[in-house]
Amino acid sequence: MKIFVVIPAFNEEKRIAQVLTELSNFSYQVVVVDDSSSDKTSQVASQFQVAVLQHKINRGQGAALRTGTDYAISKAADIIVHFDADGQFLVKEIKKIIEPLEKSEAEIVFGSRFLDIKSDIYFFKKNFILPTARIINFLFFNIKTSDPQNGFRAFLATVAPKITINQDGGAHCSEILAKAFHNKLKWKEVSVTVLYKRFGQSLFASRGRGQSGLQILKDLLFSKLIK
Amino acid sequence: MWLQILITLFVVIVLFKLFKQRQADKISLSSFFAWLILWLIMLVVFWQPATASYLANFLGIGRGADLIVYLSVVVIFYLLFKIFVRINKIEKEITKVVREDAIKNVRKE
Repeated sequence: MKIFVVIPAFNEEKRIAQVLTELSNFSYQVVVVDDSSSDKTSQVASQFQVAVLQHKINRGQGAALRTGTDYAISKAADIIVHFDADGQFLVKEIKKIIEPLEKSEAEIVFGSRFLDIKSDIYFFKKNFILPTARIINFLFFNIKTSDPQNGFRAFLATVAPKITINQDGGAHCSEILAKAFHNKLKWKEVSVTVLYKRFGQSLFASRGRGQSGLQILKDLLFSKLIK
Repeated sequence: MWLQILITLFVVIVLFKLFKQRQADKISLSSFFAWLILWLIMLVVFWQPATASYLANFLGIGRGADLIVYLSVVVIFYLLFKIFVRINKIEKEITKVVREDAIKNVRKE
């Protein structure tokens, strides 16, 4: 099976090398999508045996993921994994997340911070942002997963057209969940570790386009409105 | 009186720009007429406020000025929504172009 790991990266020159070094111990095909970083992210990534795609203009994490996914499909991928550039996920857990796909137990697998492994999520996010996101996901999209906003996921290339990402910003997490549920894909949740090295996201401030909590909310509601 | 003259001058300038835009084929015929009618109504209302009052009474609204404000809010919200949708579409198109470029110019190793 051809497994592609798609890594969207925006200004990650300091952290991406470690992720790519760890990935080089595995036989995955790696696709780095540099979302128009102003630092040396793509130069750093180019030193590894990976495909580097560059957005000429910053388009957001969702857009970068789709670029990488489209590329992977064009290269005849069987399984596509969405991963993070900043080292918040563990490379060794990729094996775990693709296992249900290889065993045909699921078509899409979501990482979750809440199943059993303890992730160090900071207080405000754990007790306010994520529960709110979970309620919104359930009310608007009928999503029932334990983790409403997890960027670690894997799916079969055959179901990729059913979960096409149209949300350029951070709202893609809910979008993919919504589409997976709407299209009744066979899904599974796998517990993953998430290391918060720093506060990646907050309600107002955002690193990258459309990444703050309120922007995600706005994007989701707006997409409902004009559909 | 002075206000009316000032407004008239303003509307004339706007209409002049509108005609030029239409001549250069920068706006569609339908939006040209929509704007033309809007500005002409503005002119009529400023010179003959009674028309607005008449219309307001006809619609069951107390004052002409109120009717104008209500209508303005509706029109402004409509335009705002249209602009929102348009920007959204343009954003999507930009993303598409950026994506195609990125996939075409992939850097291997």
